Amino acid sequence: MNLTFTAEEQAFRQEVRHFLETSLPAAIRERVRLGRRLTTDDHIHWQNLLGEHGWLGANWPAAHGGPGWSPVQRHIFDEECAAAHAPTVVPFGVNMVAPVLMKFGSETQQRHYLPRILDNRDWWCQGYSEPGAGSDLASLRTRAERDGDYYVVNGQKTWTTLGQHANMMFCLVRTDPNAKKQAGISFLLIDMATPGVSVRPLITLDGAHEVNEVFLEDVRVPVANRVGAEGEGWTCAKFLLTHERTGIAGLGHAKQALHHLKALASRLQHRGKPLLEQPIFRQRVVKAELELMALEVTNLRVIAAARDGGVPGAESSLLKVRGSELRQELSDLTRRALGPAALPFFPDFLYGDAELADVEMAEAAAASPQYFNRRKLSIYGGSNEIQKSIVAKTILGM
Amino acid sequence: MDFSYSDEQRMLAETLERLVADQPAPERRASQPDLAAGQCSPLWHTFAELGLLHMPFDESVGGLGGDGTDLMITMQALGHGLVPEPYLAGLLLPGDLLARLADADQRARWLTPLLEGEHQLALAWQESSARYDIHAIATSAQRHGNGWRLDGSKQLVMGADAAAAILVTARIAGEHPDADRLGIFLIPPGTPGLTRSDYRTMDGQPASDLILESVTLDGQACLSENAAAALDATFAVGIAALCAQAVGAMQSSCEQTLAFLKERRQFGTPLSTFQTLQHRMVDMHLHLEQARSMAILAATSLDRPAPERDYRIAAAKAYCGEAARFVAEQAIQLHGAMGMTEECLVSHYAKHLVMFDHYLGDSDYHLEYVSEHLSAA
Ligand SMILES: Cc1cc2nc3c(=O)[nH]c(=O)nc-3n(C[C@H](O)[C@H](O)[C@H](O)COP(=O)(O)OP(=O)(O)OC[C@H]3O[C@@H](n4cnc5c(N)ncnc54)[C@H](O)[C@@H]3O)c2cc1C
Repeated sequence: MNLTFTAEEQAFRQEVRHFLETSLPAAIRERVRLGRRLTTDDHIHWQNLLGEHGWLGANWPAAHGGPGWSPVQRHIFDEECAAAHAPTVVPFGVNMVAPVLMKFGSETQQRHYLPRILDNRDWWCQGYSEPGAGSDLASLRTRAERDGDYYVVNGQKTWTTLGQHANMMFCLVRTDPNAKKQAGISFLLIDMATPGVSVRPLITLDGAHEVNEVFLEDVRVPVANRVGAEGEGWTCAKFLLTHERTGIAGLGHAKQALHHLKALASRLQHRGKPLLEQPIFRQRVVKAELELMALEVTNLRVIAAARDGGVPGAESSLLKVRGSELRQELSDLTRRALGPAALPFFPDFLYGDAELADVEMAEAAAASPQYFNRRKLSIYGGSNEIQKSIVAKTILGM
Repeated sequence: MDFSYSDEQRMLAETLERLVADQPAPERRASQPDLAAGQCSPLWHTFAELGLLHMPFDESVGGLGGDGTDLMITMQALGHGLVPEPYLAGLLLPGDLLARLADADQRARWLTPLLEGEHQLALAWQESSARYDIHAIATSAQRHGNGWRLDGSKQLVMGADAAAAILVTARIAGEHPDADRLGIFLIPPGTPGLTRSDYRTMDGQPASDLILESVTLDGQACLSENAAAALDATFAVGIAALCAQAVGAMQSSCEQTLAFLKERRQFGTPLSTFQTLQHRMVDMHLHLEQARSMAILAATSLDRPAPERDYRIAAAKAYCGEAARFVAEQAIQLHGAMGMTEECLVSHYAKHLVMFDHYLGDSDYHLEYVSEHLSAA
């Protein structure tokens, strides 16, 4: 057994690091570091830079214009991006709908949409959840009725992340109300500019506008926009849920958060000494450190299995549960470390362009909002309760 | 031993419950209009009419002589309804200090109108380098003619924007820092040399940072030149009140979550039928009941000798801080994505319950105190 990266992998890490140092614009890096919201232009600017370098479709095979990286390289790339405060690539196009199109899409669909994803002409959002269909996604009720070469879609999607910026939505709809739950679902690509599509913001408890409701009223969608056969939408959705989930632990983000926490707790003073030396707080940090060490190795085990041809199945559920818990814990510790300084809330600074004269205040501003925002990690993408049920069933056979 | 309320206390609880239930939706906490200095909200006037502003103060200073239990009942109700009125910051903390330290003139000028609901006050103790230590004060007070000159800065002064005067803690200059000679000074808004910048806290409360540059005050502005013990006693009252408020908010969060689990259906059945969620709900309930016990312990320890009082107060705050966070996090989790939205009431309670830990010392701060004073017996 050997836990070190190969010489090539280490050289690759250097290459990524060098690229980030030279290419990531300082202003964007600083906004990410301080936890301030990025504009759509910031996102697109960064994704264009990645695209020009051939690194946007990190998960894509070379045949479709991806870099053809191994799971280990992808892991290294994610880690370095998080360490450098690079923006997270908006996943809905590049990492979600693209693999579905590659697997189930027609050649026409692939030729049309994949290049547009790779050069950021389209911004995708994910229309799965509905008010009545969360964990029980298969109970979704949005109807698509055939009318010649069109489907007429009626219903409501919700929690649509960054839907306010999207021009395209991939959507699960019910095409056969009489088939049994999963069997009546189809996978549709909807142009958000189609008459009858409207988007309403939902503000989350950190004051951010990240999610939306999407209302669909007599929306006419060409049948050509269906991916896969009618009634096979659930297969597409399930494929997406198991596809390339080795990054799901968010290890790079956790490492970055722990690094930040240690620096913060070394700088902040408690009774004339660094907070990190306060026994109770120090022990909390030590526990997080151990959890991270274990998670890193667990993650590498899953990555190595994927590299050797295994398909990460329910293991990704384990990574998601532990990874989300750890990142939530780290956001809690960061908020605690700041003490009273975690109380002030400056939405105009975090979500707008207002500046804060006081550097300490600016550094502290995102801690509490981020703690609340990170609650989502154990809710979305299959809640932790649902993930544990998957592990119980699939791994433990309970 | 007796855990029951007296008849008067039952009436107090019922009155408050009705009053709070009649208030508009608590979401307004986040959008409460800013009040001009010296102004009080209509609800504050109702508090005054009901005697709630007199309740926690001794009869010798014109109060009703309520005890820790009365205070607990009040704060629990306010926490349950997430009532934004600054009962703690605008009334209790400054009022309690005045009641302990003010002379007759100062009482007549500041305390009596406070109890009548004619104005609110604020207490400024937090300093940027002090974390949660109320004795670590760098703001200095220097004798200046017959009066004083103050220099320094204060953070997170709750309700300073609406206060008719701010009580400011300062170290009496020239003294050795260990001598613990803490002074308290009354500074009305608009006093030359006082600069205020206002903002909101994460849980939606109005707060301010203050800069004091050669603020000159007359002798009457000094409440005490040796206030350390009084400050400790006042903070004990404040922490007991805060714990009770958190218990009220925890209880409401548990009620909301339980109702949601019974109502929300997934997989063809109410969420409340899933055993995982039943057990989680029970854990929330356990945290609530244990925290309630600690809040009772705190409320009934206010008359004890200082070491015993402070030990129990620290224990209660540390315990309630952790419990409040657990309840807040699980309330969000069990509500799913809905629990993360501003539209959902439970998210406002969650913000209050998590940020509760940052007021008057967090759980680590109080754990450290208990740890240092751990009774070996
Ligand atoms: C910030 C954020 C962004 C999101 N972005 C998107 C997006 O872009 N597109 C999209 O389609 N969706 C999105 N979602 C929705 C997300 O996928 C759902 O929130 C998730 O599926 C859970 O559904 P729910 O919120 O309706 O919770 P519910 O399903 O109502 O669950 C409520 C609680 O009950 C628990 N529970 C439910 N069933 C069981 C069970 N059988 N056993 C035990 N416990 C159970 C859950 O774990 C949870 O704790 C987003 C959510 C969030 C918070």
